[in-house]
Amino acid sequence: MIKVEDIHKSFGDEEILKGISTTFDKGKTNLIIGQSGSGKTVMLKCLLGLFKPEKGRIYYEESAIQDMDDDQQRALREDIGMLFQGGALFDSMNIEENVMFPLRMFSKQKKSEMLERVNEVLSRVNLENVNKKFPAEISGGMQKRVSIARAIVNRPKYLFCDEPNSGLDPKTATLIDNLIQEITHEYDITTVVVTHDMNSVMEIGEKVVLLKKGKLVWQGTNQEIFKTDNEDVTNFVYSSDLFKKIREVQIKEQ
Amino acid sequence: MKYLHDIGSYFVMIKKVFGSFTKRSVLRELIFKEIDDLIIDSLGIVAFISFFVGGVVAIQTALNMTNPLIPESLIGFATRQSVILEFSPTFISIIMAGKVGSFITSSIGSMRVTEQIDALEVMGINSLNYLVFPKIVALLFYPFVIAISMFLGIFGGWLAGVYGGFTSSTAFIEGLQDSFIPYHLFYAFLKTFVFAFILATVPSWQGYYMKGGALEVGKASTNSFVWTSVLIILANYVITQLLLSS
Ligand SMILES: Nc1ncnc2c1ncn2[C@@H]1O[C@H](COP(=O)(O)OP(=O)(O)O)[C@@H](O)[C@H]1O
Ligand SMILES: [Mg+2]
Repeated sequence: MIKVEDIHKSFGDEEILKGISTTFDKGKTNLIIGQSGSGKTVMLKCLLGLFKPEKGRIYYEESAIQDMDDDQQRALREDIGMLFQGGALFDSMNIEENVMFPLRMFSKQKKSEMLERVNEVLSRVNLENVNKKFPAEISGGMQKRVSIARAIVNRPKYLFCDEPNSGLDPKTATLIDNLIQEITHEYDITTVVVTHDMNSVMEIGEKVVLLKKGKLVWQGTNQEIFKTDNEDVTNFVYSSDLFKKIREVQIKEQ
Repeated sequence: MKYLHDIGSYFVMIKKVFGSFTKRSVLRELIFKEIDDLIIDSLGIVAFISFFVGGVVAIQTALNMTNPLIPESLIGFATRQSVILEFSPTFISIIMAGKVGSFITSSIGSMRVTEQIDALEVMGINSLNYLVFPKIVALLFYPFVIAISMFLGIFGGWLAGVYGGFTSSTAFIEGLQDSFIPYHLFYAFLKTFVFAFILATVPSWQGYYMKGGALEVGKASTNSFVWTSVLIILANYVITQLLLSS
């Protein structure tokens, strides 16, 4: 579980996060949603400790990262897996080396043990026979899956995903969403996914946090999101044409 | 103001490079890869340029010796002096600012814009140590490149001088040995070390702190060449003033 208490983050004079408090539950896919520029990525980077908030505290289980020294933060990061928006695979390394990278850095295993684990996670994300290929040689969807494999290879307790299905076709996007959710349940991970995609909200939104201009304006489950009459929620949900039309049809039928 | 901030960020970067170290076995591999990319891969172009420019220096000196009182050995002497003092350390370093410098900036810069640097940081790796330290170590071998350049430059001068019919081999070699000051070699290699450090760190700094996308990576590489060569020229001036004028 990750708990966030009243975090504020500014760049220069501009306050990007204006006091956000919430919790992200263990064993669930927690979603941070909101329009572009609402501060989702900044929030994620604060959780990761890449940005330091001016105010507020972030707890991983019982301990606040603000209280940790460098070594403790480094130790915490070994428990964190991250899936970046563009995949962020190292393009000088092949797929196998990419996935093995966290193991080489942090475990004392033998090469053969590491390789076994790499093949295990690669097959978990349904990728076989790509070990020796380079990131530039595989499709965007495959890159995302390699990136997931790299994120979970060290058995993290926390998994962060920034726009996991941006740049993917809808079908592949759903596959990636489902994969993230399955892995979350399977290994009982605290997963935080940043997205602006309503499909993801419907598919995997076990807990949803809506940001608007740096403020948390609503939180709940994806079941509740269609029932609430919170104006910010309806504005966000029905900003998609498709949903707007469905909504209009629903209203007509009533 | 902006310049002060830039200079500050450069020194902060240098400090972080020597902060927490990457795992030994990984670092060793990275160093070998950088030696390959930065040193070995540059030998061809450096050899080519040195050989021919050495030849041109010899020919130019010969063609400008219209006074019959000037001894033929001046050709060897002038070739040696210009190659060792300026051409190899400084001119080759400017070329390397273009070749190695833009390679470093674009490779680190593209890692920045594709979030590969963030990925390292999230894993708890000191990305500056991981990326920049191996380059600094690899460029400790840079003086060897310059030594090869000096040798080939002088060899090119000898070949052009002798086979172009401008000088006899004996006179050329006599010129090479004429009033040789070992301190000049010290001066040349000291500045080579300074240039090596500039070549490793300034382009890294340009790439590491860049913002934007693929287009900006290209701009950063150009900027990097400008900064690196300007700094090499300035450092050259300062070192020459300090070490040679007294
Ligand atoms: N490193 C940074 N420096 C300055 N401003 C930033 C930085 N990162 C993000 N911002 C600003 O913060 C705001 C929110 O950005 P972001 O969190 O990336 O939005 P999104 O919700 O689309 O992920 C934007 O206005 C952006 O310009
Ligand atoms: Mg974002």
